[in-house]
Amino acid sequence: MRPILMKGHERPLTFLKYNRDGDLLFSCAKDHTPNVWFADNGERLGTYRGHNGAVWCCDVSRDSSRLITGSADQSAKLWDVQSGQQVFTFNFDSPTRSVEFSVGDRLAVITTDPFMELTPAIHVKRIASDPADQSAESVLVLKVPQGRLKINRAVWGPLNNTIISAGEDAIIRIWDSETGKLLKENQKEEGHTKTITSLVKSPDGSHFLTGSLDKSAKLWDTRTLTLIKTYRTESPVNAVAMSPLLNHVVLGGGQDAINVTTTDHRAGKFEAKFYDKILQEEIGGVKGHFGPINALAFNPDGKSFSSGGEDGYIRLHHFDHDYFNIKI
Amino acid sequence: MKAGTVNEAKLRWAELDDDDGEDLDFLLPPKEVIGPDENGIKKVIEYKFNEQGNKVKITRTVQTRKLAKARLSKKAVERRSWAKFGEAVNGNVGDSRTVVSTEEIKLERRNGPGSKPVAPNPLAPKGVTTIKCRVCEGDHWSSSCPHKDLLLRHMEASEVPISDTQTPGTSKKTYVPPGLRPGADKTDMRPRRDENSVRVTNLSEDTREPDLLELFRPFGDVSRVYVALDKETQVSRGFGFVNFVRREDAQRAINKLNGYGYDNLILSVEWATPRPN
Repeated sequence: MRPILMKGHERPLTFLKYNRDGDLLFSCAKDHTPNVWFADNGERLGTYRGHNGAVWCCDVSRDSSRLITGSADQSAKLWDVQSGQQVFTFNFDSPTRSVEFSVGDRLAVITTDPFMELTPAIHVKRIASDPADQSAESVLVLKVPQGRLKINRAVWGPLNNTIISAGEDAIIRIWDSETGKLLKENQKEEGHTKTITSLVKSPDGSHFLTGSLDKSAKLWDTRTLTLIKTYRTESPVNAVAMSPLLNHVVLGGGQDAINVTTTDHRAGKFEAKFYDKILQEEIGGVKGHFGPINALAFNPDGKSFSSGGEDGYIRLHHFDHDYFNIKI
Repeated sequence: MKAGTVNEAKLRWAELDDDDGEDLDFLLPPKEVIGPDENGIKKVIEYKFNEQGNKVKITRTVQTRKLAKARLSKKAVERRSWAKFGEAVNGNVGDSRTVVSTEEIKLERRNGPGSKPVAPNPLAPKGVTTIKCRVCEGDHWSSSCPHKDLLLRHMEASEVPISDTQTPGTSKKTYVPPGLRPGADKTDMRPRRDENSVRVTNLSEDTREPDLLELFRPFGDVSRVYVALDKETQVSRGFGFVNFVRREDAQRAINKLNGYGYDNLILSVEWATPRPN
């Protein structure tokens, strides 16, 4: 395949997200302006100007009308996807790390980093269908018992009943999204040993995949939080993705960004690694980035995927035919 | 055909002999397409020469379906025509924001059917070969040897200038390490540890020193095991050295393990240095 290289960011990529129809690709980076691209040919549709810090995460509503972004400028913003206009700004007292719309787009979960004397927290906001009615009030605030350690990802569980969070303390927690009660924590002995960098749900939400700096990715059952599979690799995992079409998972990573300039490029292993989801066996790797992969996303049709790297490039890969009949 | 076109006028008998049939297509009436009608049915009328050189009219009735459109949702089609905004407005055409990679990137298979091992040359007679690698003495060219970095190292070692005749340091006031000073005893500065040393090549990447020790231990007392690692990647470079306390043990190990299948690879075991005779 010949990937499409998209250079819309000046700084390392942080997050990639397809909309539900798979025709738009949203990209966030440490520069302050998220971009939106046409996912078929990589043409840039627009930019969302307004943040004043690194943008860590974004999510797009099911009908592709609203975008929510979380940024290190201590705010999360709602945007009109089509025009690029800011619709609303949620202000916090610490950087926001992770954002996600609930099923139905009526709620959003936003996580904030520990900052000064503040501990990390998970906020649930109500999203009004009419932006004029939008309020900044949090429906629920979860204080997370992990001290100074960040929450890197928080997502909605099935039917919006739960919130799943994971972060630097390497523990996956499931919270009740109504009461804010901690329902489950993963078993210490089967969990990750280092920071969990990414968490992605399967298309049906029945299981999810976490990637960690302990050089592994793990597949978990959403309801019971039991470990299903473990995928081991040779370098820290920064990003994970799951194919909606085939039983494939993709791990992206590479050595820590701070070590990139001091070590050999061959040692970096800056490739997106494909694993068989069930057999846990490595299928192959897609190379190309000059730095660690920070973000991965699969097109909802499963026929293309994109990766964003520390090198500031997004690489959009449309699979060749032979990918779809790969046998192990 | 009689309607004397320009093309026909150009036609010469010599050309007719040269290229048979295919290039005469310009003599045919143009392709006609009727439709598609509301059911997506269209008629395509084509003319071509058959093997006998006769003109044949082919009429095909085709139903066309718009697959590409059907796959995109209505909303997505609508979004396609959205106006650009933000920084994407000015000069997105022709700028280099979006480039198709010139490089063909493959999903590199780790193992299994996708990764093809290098096929041995079927023409080469088995067992008899005139090609001999200077590094590992296998039947391939030295330049394509998997251990050619060994050779480079050998060459580097032999290229170190021997400065015995000259006495640097006496003419210029530069520091000369004691080992290089005239009269220094070079023999036992660092005792070379290659007595009864056995070189093992074609090791798999996963082989570590303990594995090698385990493999060679049964032949006798081993004084040293070394696996060469890449400085930067810490990945095994595929060769190593084993020192035996007794020479007979080393010889037995060579006899036994040379050509031994270990971890899917055929080991090559030999004396590390040519024995002085």
